[in-house]
Amino acid sequence: MRKITIDPITRLEGHGKITIFLKDDGSVANVYLQIPELRGFEKFCEGRPVEEMPQITQRICGVCPEAHHVAASKTLDDMFHTEPTSTAKKIRELLYSAFFVTDHTTHFFILGAPDFIMGPDAPVAQRNILGVIAKVGRELSGQVLNTRRENHWIIQAVGGRPIHPCFGLPGGVSKQISEEDRAKIEEIAKRDVDFARLSLKVFADIVLKNKAYVDMITSDAFTHQTYYMGLVDDNNKVNFYDGKVRVVDPSGKEFVKYSPHEYLDHVAEHVEPWSYTKFAFLKKVGWKGFVDGKASGVYRATPLSRLNAADGMATPLAQEEYEKMYSTLGGKPVHHTLATHWARLIEILYAGERMLELAQDREITGPNIRNIPTSKPTEGIGIVEAPRGTLTHHYVADEKGCIKKCNLIVGTTNNQAAILMSVKKAAQDLIKPGRDIPESLLNQVEMAWRPYDPCMSCSTHTLPGTMPLDITILDAGGNMVRRLTR
Amino acid sequence: MTDFEPKIVAFLCNWCSYRGADLAGTSRIKCAANVRAIRVMCSGRVEPAFVLRAFELGADGVLVLGCHPGDCHYAEGNYKALRRLELLKRMLIQLGVEEDRFRLDWVSASEGDKFSHIVNEMTEKVRALGPFKSKEGSQVA
Amino acid sequence: MPKLKVALYWAASCGGCEIATLAIGDKILKLAEAADIVFWPVAIDAKYADVENMPDGSIDACLFNGAIRNSENEYLAKLLRRKSRIMIAYGSCACEGCIPGLANFTSAKEILQTVYIDTASSDNIDKVIPQTKVSVAEGELELPEFYNTVKTLAQTVDVDYFVPGCPPEESTTWMALEALISGNLPPRGTVIAPPSSCVCNDCPRIKNEKKVKAFHRPYEIIPDPNICLLEQGILCCGIGTRGGCGALCPKANMPCTGCYGPVEGVRDQGSHILTAWASIIDSNDPDEINRILDGIVDPAGYAYRYSLPNSMINRARISP
Repeated sequence: MRKITIDPITRLEGHGKITIFLKDDGSVANVYLQIPELRGFEKFCEGRPVEEMPQITQRICGVCPEAHHVAASKTLDDMFHTEPTSTAKKIRELLYSAFFVTDHTTHFFILGAPDFIMGPDAPVAQRNILGVIAKVGRELSGQVLNTRRENHWIIQAVGGRPIHPCFGLPGGVSKQISEEDRAKIEEIAKRDVDFARLSLKVFADIVLKNKAYVDMITSDAFTHQTYYMGLVDDNNKVNFYDGKVRVVDPSGKEFVKYSPHEYLDHVAEHVEPWSYTKFAFLKKVGWKGFVDGKASGVYRATPLSRLNAADGMATPLAQEEYEKMYSTLGGKPVHHTLATHWARLIEILYAGERMLELAQDREITGPNIRNIPTSKPTEGIGIVEAPRGTLTHHYVADEKGCIKKCNLIVGTTNNQAAILMSVKKAAQDLIKPGRDIPESLLNQVEMAWRPYDPCMSCSTHTLPGTMPLDITILDAGGNMVRRLTR
Repeated sequence: MTDFEPKIVAFLCNWCSYRGADLAGTSRIKCAANVRAIRVMCSGRVEPAFVLRAFELGADGVLVLGCHPGDCHYAEGNYKALRRLELLKRMLIQLGVEEDRFRLDWVSASEGDKFSHIVNEMTEKVRALGPFKSKEGSQVA
Repeated sequence: MPKLKVALYWAASCGGCEIATLAIGDKILKLAEAADIVFWPVAIDAKYADVENMPDGSIDACLFNGAIRNSENEYLAKLLRRKSRIMIAYGSCACEGCIPGLANFTSAKEILQTVYIDTASSDNIDKVIPQTKVSVAEGELELPEFYNTVKTLAQTVDVDYFVPGCPPEESTTWMALEALISGNLPPRGTVIAPPSSCVCNDCPRIKNEKKVKAFHRPYEIIPDPNICLLEQGILCCGIGTRGGCGALCPKANMPCTGCYGPVEGVRDQGSHILTAWASIIDSNDPDEINRILDGIVDPAGYAYRYSLPNSMINRARISP
């Protein structure tokens, strides 16, 4: 069978490979997305003192270390049966909101925007951040950089370091927020809210007013009907830091709502011998393969999933945008993968509003930032929403207070099955028997997985936004018939 | 492992254990020939890095012998060795270095017998364990 | 003056060094003026095949981050070394092994067994483990080989410069980039970082004589914010860690964990830190000493947190 290999994929987890097998008639037989990377955190954390876990696990990802740091801190709270102080919870959520602003901003403007703002048919040379700047103007681009810089400052001021913070402890955090910093954070939060609203306006003007884009968003090639997962608070509104995990089925009905301690009843990970990643699925539905639909346990945990799984946003401006999105796209749930970009912007707005609420809460500068544990650690589970999906940490301690067992379900793991399915569907839609394989194939395959913002985003403003793709078409004898690169 | 002759590096302090080793020699006490002696002025001179370096360079076992607690020529040196090397022992175990490959003990200038006894005992224990390098991790999973 | 050709690559890493490269903010424009980035999988469209086609030595400098964990990492390290005039180990993973290096306490076999079979949520009755070659219905698929031992970049290829940190802080990154751009590179083999003997040098806390009767884990006490953490019995690695980071962690009331690597002139960071900790124990009684040492629950893990692959005993010895 003929084989098309795309190696390496970039702007993914750093290491990924797509293999497309073609039947003799030229149609797609199957598509495999392989992740060639493994480091083994679940094993080498064994023997480490439990309080090290926020700092060790955050080295899983240098773009979302805050997600692991905070998930690990919550797991420690659980292990030590020690609630964080009220101030500490607010401090953690404040940092977490700033983190969501930087991460989502980076992804949308540097990675996602070129797809829409320049258009799928625009010349390759323009489909990057420089093209975006030319189209939307230097002012907005300057605001993008400024937003990132300011919110990274917040992460350092609150968490200790701009990348790989160090403030998480069982029962609280290590550092107070000074009044001077709080005032600065409040001003930044206000600017974040304005920036988010501006971004949504840009999206509305450039994307939603363009019929070709809207057609692409709603096209079948980029649509899958899966279950959707996200954390919700007591009112079933989206919350990134805490709550219960809610899953809705493809029709939008609540399928299950579980608290962290119950996660093993509901989520399991499937293994394939051709990839180092695992594929999460809903246990009660079962693993039926890389297929969507109500009978398949494949689910998605993305910004769009969070909005699908919740009943709304907890802050007013974000709620307005939430309603606008669903009324535009025909109600809940939305299955169109490309709409994830839109959901991402709504989440930036929520994060900004939430950060403002917390920054204006006088308790946040309080001195009572830690409860000292009074018992030895046993077992604990902590769940947060990472920007790219629900993140679960689960540790068991030994009698010395070191890790005996560790289980992690990382954000992108929730989506690995769906990412593969999205790439396969795009490939099947584009590669038809007898049809020449056009350059735009490269772009559209890229557009199929990019909304998932898989694990790695690149914070740059001078580098082009195209993913390197190298498609080699081999005949049955393994000889190169054609090569497409960009 | 019948052909295996363990290489044991021994750090001996000038004032006590090195003289004890000399005494074992002049008294013609039977003593395994596996030890390479390194004289230091005090057991307190021995950094954990010396021990690790010895293993890295091919030692199968490392021995540190100092003056008895309370008798150190420099008063406190052997206590420093005790604190450091006790911690090193714990670390070595975590690194899969068998307990018998490293030993800290106290031998005075008049204890030729004790010196030989320690050397002979350690040699046999290390012989039974095999070469240090035999368990080095390979590059293939 | 022709622009420098620069490549950046990530092996077994977390991506933090990518973000750190850009944390230099507006200075990135100076880099863009002076250099063309010819290979950077996270951002631009050059592929492995493009690098293979470049003439040897045609890349002026390669900033390589990440440890060498598998055959793909090793292949790229060797390929980029051939194609680059200057090879820079950027970040702790490339320099010392960093957090992925903790895997050297265990083995490939144990890691695969745990990750794919033993973890609580793995659903794997058939005990499937990823393989380097797999036959599927349509043909054959390949994966890189997962090695038993994590290695540093310098243990794999010749390295010209080292930039420490997990990740390197802004001033450290800029020092290296500026040297590159200006051409004023220090002697080969230099660790490029702001000159600072150890983290204590950067740390504003008051330092008195250290004598401890007990070691405390950070969650057990609320330390005095003004006094040296180690003095208060909290295991801070700053005493044995290169400075230049600004002591950000002690400033946030958390102990230094050692991410800038060993101090200048020291090869084995872990034993250096341990000997410092042992020397402050305030006791001559063997039993009391042992009791105090019991407070260090994971000596090798604490002290070799970032540097196990680069230490004198670079992995835990395990049976084959």
